[in-house]
Amino acid sequence: MLEAKGLSLSAGGRELVRALDLSLAPGQCWSLLGPNGSGKTSLIHALAGLRQPRSGAIALDGVPLASIGRKDIARRVAVLLQDEESDFWGSVLDYVLLGLYPKSGSAWSRDEESLAQARHWLAELELADRAAQAYRTLSGGERQRARVAQVLLQDSGVMLLDEPLQHLDLRHQAIVMGTLAACAAEGKTVLAALHEPGHAARHCGFAVLLYDAGRASLGRSSDMLTQANLEALYQCRLEAAGAWSFLPS
Amino acid sequence: MKVAPVVVLAMVPTSLALAVAVGSVDLGPAQLGEALLGRGDEIAREIVWGVRAPRALAGFACGGLLALAGSLLQVLLRNPLADPGILGVSGGASAGALAAMLLGAAATGVNLAALAGAAVAAGAVFAFSLGRSGWNPYRVLLTGVALASGFGALVGLMLAVAPSSQVQGMLFWLLGDLSPSGDPTAALLVLATCGALAFSQSAALDVLILGEDKARSLGVSVTRVQWVAFACATLATVAAVLLGGAIGFVGLVVPHLLRLSGVHRHALLLPLAACLGGSLLALADTLARTVAAPAELPVGVLTAMIGVPALLALLARLR
Repeated sequence: MLEAKGLSLSAGGRELVRALDLSLAPGQCWSLLGPNGSGKTSLIHALAGLRQPRSGAIALDGVPLASIGRKDIARRVAVLLQDEESDFWGSVLDYVLLGLYPKSGSAWSRDEESLAQARHWLAELELADRAAQAYRTLSGGERQRARVAQVLLQDSGVMLLDEPLQHLDLRHQAIVMGTLAACAAEGKTVLAALHEPGHAARHCGFAVLLYDAGRASLGRSSDMLTQANLEALYQCRLEAAGAWSFLPS
Repeated sequence: MKVAPVVVLAMVPTSLALAVAVGSVDLGPAQLGEALLGRGDEIAREIVWGVRAPRALAGFACGGLLALAGSLLQVLLRNPLADPGILGVSGGASAGALAAMLLGAAATGVNLAALAGAAVAAGAVFAFSLGRSGWNPYRVLLTGVALASGFGALVGLMLAVAPSSQVQGMLFWLLGDLSPSGDPTAALLVLATCGALAFSQSAALDVLILGEDKARSLGVSVTRVQWVAFACATLATVAAVLLGGAIGFVGLVVPHLLRLSGVHRHALLLPLAACLGGSLLALADTLARTVAAPAELPVGVLTAMIGVPALLALLARLR
């Protein structure tokens, strides 16, 4: 259970989130929607303990996040960041295995079980035949899938994902969302910043909408993802496109 | 991937053996063997154990320290061009050493002045980039580059005003020279200590490659790792520069040679870098004192002449 109470965030003198109360329970899959610059990344960083909130409290299973050690957080909260340095020299498998660092404290642990787990997630994300390839030689979308596989291998109870679908084609968007939803169904807590309300509606039972100027609303996706809400959220007119709105089934 | 470690490990005894076997006095295999076992001709024993062995070890320690520092700085500063010189520490040591030479100091004085110069540079990097806002690669890099060019200007000035009888000695110092190196024990101890300390952080360094936030999210105490690695790199650079002067290129090239050969995990990269850097410098120094014997070349020239083609060849092979 990851909880925020009265959480306020600001960046560059701009208020992003004001007095947000949020409670992410095991088994729940949350989408995080909002226009560019509305604070999605800052919220994820704060929930992961990577940045100090301006005010408010964040607690992991009832314990203040700030009082939990870095490694302990990493065992319980996995984060997919939007950006990452890309000068990793090893293979795709090496890259994914770094997800075991919080558990083993060593990038050497290559016992059968961890290797099998890493290969499982690579296969799940259709990268099995890339395992031995140099990570640097992957395309943007393949890299993104490898990064998701690393977060899945981390096997933490809470997963916070900042734009997990970036660079992905339709097929792999569906695979990633399906995998995340399956993780939630197994009892993990999932929060994913998305730009596609269709995916949010299909795979996530709950949604956080971050408006400009610090306002937020949250609840069940069926209540939140209405045309009126989304028009207010993105400040643009939307049409119910019906047959034009394609999502992989 | 499998070849590189074996080759590098084989280079260590080979380079040290060559450095002991080859020199301006031709000892011949029989006499060499006797001397190595501590028997036979006293002069031969003195040449082997009193002159060549310490110098071979000094070369090895110096190269190992530089390569270790380079490997760490390339991760810390997230810059493939980072080498031990980039912190301004070797520049500071050079300026100190040259100033002492200009004032006519003896070897000990030159070494102390070099140490003082290195300490001033390290202190300045600390004060201007690390002390206030925590670790920021760009600030460290800019501070180091600024200090290095400042010291470079001082060095240029001293070369310009120095009497011509002193200029050659100064140039040897600047190019890197192991002939006055003396006892390598202290440097080997620093190599072992810094090496072990850096090695203990190797898994964290692997993760740090992905960036600070990602490393934090995976449970790395980023600030602590950066401090340990920075301290190791600085200490290693200072020890290397005091031993052999401002020897260039080993610290820059060796980590790249290994990465290009498929070694990227720090638990392997760091020890292999120390071994490869040490072997290369021991070899280069053997060449430096034999190709133009009885004259000696500055070893820094040889490291560049070996290192540059080696790196270019590997780059060409990998597109």
